[in-house]
Amino acid sequence: MRVWNRRQAALVFFALASAVLLAVALCGPLLAGRAAETDFSRKNLPPCLAYPFGTDWLGRDMLARTLAGLSLSIRLGGLTAGVSALAALTLGTAAALWRRADCAVSWLIDLVMGIPHILLVMLIALAWGRGFAGVTAGVALSHWPVLARVIRGEILQLRQAPYFLAAEKLGVSWGQMMRNHLLPHMLPQFFVGLVLLFPHAILHEASITFLGFGLPPEQPAIGMILSESMGYLAAGRWWLALFPGGALVLVVLLFAGVGERLRRLLDPASIHE
Amino acid sequence: MLAGVNLTVAPGERVGLSAPSGRGKTTLCRLLAGYDQPDRGTVALDGRPLSAYKGACPVQMIWQHPEGAVDPLIPLGRTLAEGRPAEERLLAALDIAPAWLERYPAELSGGELQRICIARALGPQTCFLLCDEITAMLDPITQAQIWRFLLEETARRRLGLLVVSHSRPLLERVCTRIEHLPAPTR
Repeated sequence: MRVWNRRQAALVFFALASAVLLAVALCGPLLAGRAAETDFSRKNLPPCLAYPFGTDWLGRDMLARTLAGLSLSIRLGGLTAGVSALAALTLGTAAALWRRADCAVSWLIDLVMGIPHILLVMLIALAWGRGFAGVTAGVALSHWPVLARVIRGEILQLRQAPYFLAAEKLGVSWGQMMRNHLLPHMLPQFFVGLVLLFPHAILHEASITFLGFGLPPEQPAIGMILSESMGYLAAGRWWLALFPGGALVLVVLLFAGVGERLRRLLDPASIHE
Repeated sequence: MLAGVNLTVAPGERVGLSAPSGRGKTTLCRLLAGYDQPDRGTVALDGRPLSAYKGACPVQMIWQHPEGAVDPLIPLGRTLAEGRPAEERLLAALDIAPAWLERYPAELSGGELQRICIARALGPQTCFLLCDEITAMLDPITQAQIWRFLLEETARRRLGLLVVSHSRPLLERVCTRIEHLPAPTR
């Protein structure tokens, strides 16, 4: 049997996990009809071959609902993580390059990080009028500070690095400095930060939907599924919460794994692995 | 720290600088190369303040640790091109193999990186070279090769050289004049 080195193994995991996540994200819209289909002749079925995740009290197929919910979570996670990461990149870079911007951005970071996270997401989502827009705004506006700090710190550190100073003294132009030194160091941080924002965004979306401040009940969101199934757990219908919850954890772990492998692949020191 | 220090290096002159650890040798080099600005006093080249020179600085410093002085994320060929030397003669004289230029810094040894740093610092605009303990961590053969090259090159181009080292024999062998950094007066 062929033995893969760590870099190849990381690449294979990265490709497989990305493919699974993409497939889940894409199958959501296709399953939307099936997820909403009610049929009282098959309600409350425990997991079986025809319905691997069972059915709920309205006879809806839980596998279809779970996949549709995950797809929604991933798409929402992508949107919020993208917005957050772009905000972090802009503010972090500005803070590192201009002293005045640094004061303002650092103050803003402290402000956002000073408020308990879940509370802030809830407040913004409420103020924005709940629903899809509210959740997106809430999660996007509360997740940028950590990455912004990392980017700011990275650029500040880079500007003091001997190779950066030496290049400056050799008369290298600003554009070239950006291309040669700044971007190769920033982009991996940015992409890994972006991917690692996904699981946060997805979990917070599910949390506030679970608590009733997020997506409306007609959306098959994971948080909504879990919150509804709470009432049926005492009746012994364990499959209503176990499978969707487990699937959510799995998606989050896959995203975290993708981010970790991406970091490993982009670091040239890992060539020797 | 460096109050009252007065140092002049003429073109073609090789000045050695010795002082105990912590006396400010590296700080002096950073000031002379324009990496830091002095609180008081001036650093001047041909009577003009060094900061008035735009573009590539005529005073280049070679760092003690070459691992930190090259960007770990780009191939060494691009690092070298920043100094615009790429003279075949220079690379040959420093024994830099063309294959090194496609590699990343993590794939070369300290001595090999230091040769690349020296080649990078010897761009056409360079008039003065500051060598801050540049061979302290290299084996004796590499040290000898690098110093022989630097002596030939400075003689050919009439470069001014400031050599910082703890090794008295090295300074006596290489330099035309040896200066000692005085202890701070306070």
